[in-house]
Amino acid sequence: MNKTFKSFVFSLFVTLGLPAFAETSILNVSYDVSREFYKDLNPAFVKYWKDKTGETITIKQSHGGSSKQARSVIDGLQADVITMNQSLDIDILHERGKLIPKDWQKRLASNSAPTASTTVFLVRKGNPKNIRDWNDLVRPGVGIILPNPKTSGNGRYSYLAAWGSVIKKGGSDADAKDYIHKFFKNVPILDAGGRGATTSFVQRGIGDVLLTFENEVSLITNELGGDRFEVVYPGISVLAENPISLVDKVADKRNSRKVSQAYLDFHYSDEAQAIAVKHSLRPRAEGASDKYKDKFKPLTLFTIDEVFGSWANAQKVHFADGGVFDQIYVK
Amino acid sequence: MTQVITANHPSLRKRKQKNVLPGFNLSLGYTILYLSLIVLIPLSAAFIKTTELSFAEFWETVTTPRVVASYQLTFGASLIGASINAVFGLLTAWVLVRYSFPGKKIIDALVDLPFALPTAVAGIALTAIFAGNGWLGSWLEPLGIKVAFTPLGVVVALTFIGLPFVVRTVQPVLEDLEAEAEEAAASLGANRWQTFSRVILPALYPALLTGFALAFARAVGEYGSVIFIAGNMPMVSEITPLIIITKLEQYDYAGATAVAVVMLVISFALLLAINGLQWWSSRRNGSAR
Repeated sequence: MNKTFKSFVFSLFVTLGLPAFAETSILNVSYDVSREFYKDLNPAFVKYWKDKTGETITIKQSHGGSSKQARSVIDGLQADVITMNQSLDIDILHERGKLIPKDWQKRLASNSAPTASTTVFLVRKGNPKNIRDWNDLVRPGVGIILPNPKTSGNGRYSYLAAWGSVIKKGGSDADAKDYIHKFFKNVPILDAGGRGATTSFVQRGIGDVLLTFENEVSLITNELGGDRFEVVYPGISVLAENPISLVDKVADKRNSRKVSQAYLDFHYSDEAQAIAVKHSLRPRAEGASDKYKDKFKPLTLFTIDEVFGSWANAQKVHFADGGVFDQIYVK
Repeated sequence: MTQVITANHPSLRKRKQKNVLPGFNLSLGYTILYLSLIVLIPLSAAFIKTTELSFAEFWETVTTPRVVASYQLTFGASLIGASINAVFGLLTAWVLVRYSFPGKKIIDALVDLPFALPTAVAGIALTAIFAGNGWLGSWLEPLGIKVAFTPLGVVVALTFIGLPFVVRTVQPVLEDLEAEAEEAAASLGANRWQTFSRVILPALYPALLTGFALAFARAVGEYGSVIFIAGNMPMVSEITPLIIITKLEQYDYAGATAVAVVMLVISFALLLAINGLQWWSSRRNGSAR
């Protein structure tokens, strides 16, 4: 009897006690494939914070498809910080619910993106179709695998990289449109997400070239047999920024602004940038890109803003219903 | 279907006027409350969200060629899948009820597996088998039959997930159907086809239609298993649930619910038609019982 009572009181304390100590933990809501990166970064920050302030902090992670994650935050998931792979999924927190200020991206260095990646090609061993650059992708008989740009941030970057490759070579919008039509004639299937496209290419043996992030490519070659594939770097590609932001409304409500801000700043520290490099993410903090110059192939990278004005504009013109992407399939 | 039989059972029919157990008002009230909480309120939320759009916007959203192509695929493939299940599910139920053979219990349990398996697992497994380098795909593709990443793949996935519905609705009715009825028909001079079409099938129609309707409804809403095998090409192999997810990914809540509402209305109309057919057939065959 006594024992039962004790365990009852204990469980009551556990349940009721959690919110009381809530400020010692923060929640980072992130996209799907940042898991491995944060598994290394979070313990480093916990240690840093303990050394600096003596406080023990817990960082909780939530991962999932990026738009779905952003929707959860809008719908009330108590995220102190949000870390995404495109600014569109953070902009929405301002547009719906006003959780963050409009100019959130100006608050941290390098467009609030401490790390970045880019779209590269993965081809089968020996590069049997001799794919070297964007032009080779639209040759008849080449199968291109990429996730659906309408459902996947990864796919969106690949699409915009393909479009921008034409514009950056001096092509007009009409040239780019012509190119992108030929491009999607060579796309046999559209998986909903990046990992699905990887599976189709690697396990099902479909297509001749996979378009995906540089850091995803290194994961594939490390984990799924590097001897079966080769990485091809196109002459030009897109800079895929991974922006981070405080979710002001939640952080103020939970009184966690100080530690959350420190967590975000920590992304730019030497230690965190080294962890990013380990996960094949391009470091973006001042000085870091020079320091790790020999780790990454030098590429001409253009930003979304440079070619498309802004992410919001790119989304509206290309991926909204009836946009350029839809017109490829509906004549 | 067992309820229908017990309700018509002679021992109960006499007391139809007066229920043995009291509490009609209470139980009806609870039924309505329960249905409202679980079904009506969530579904009406979809309708309310749609009102954010003007009618012109709504109409444009739900009639764009890509969305229309997806309705055709979703409802077409679901009907084909449910029809295949109606035929082979009936056959399976027949074998399981009328014959005894070693391993029958295991086969009986196998039927329920599509219920238990997470749909994503089913989708990945089917894709692995039917892809060009898979066990079956590598045999079928040289013959010019492509299953994975085509609308045919969608039919395969929807057939897979719908199988238990027909078997499990037909089975108990078939168990109640005495073999003596068939013997009587035979002794009265009916040939095998007549026995099947005039004696067995009419008794099974209501159950078969219920199973068909359930399999169909399940297939229409199926997402997890289909997206892996469909290839998801716009205008060709894109199902309506994927269109809804795509709209949500773009924060187009109103557009997503608009398409969902159209799906709900079509599904409801079709299910109502199937129910009507069932009512009609059980009335027509009521005397046969």
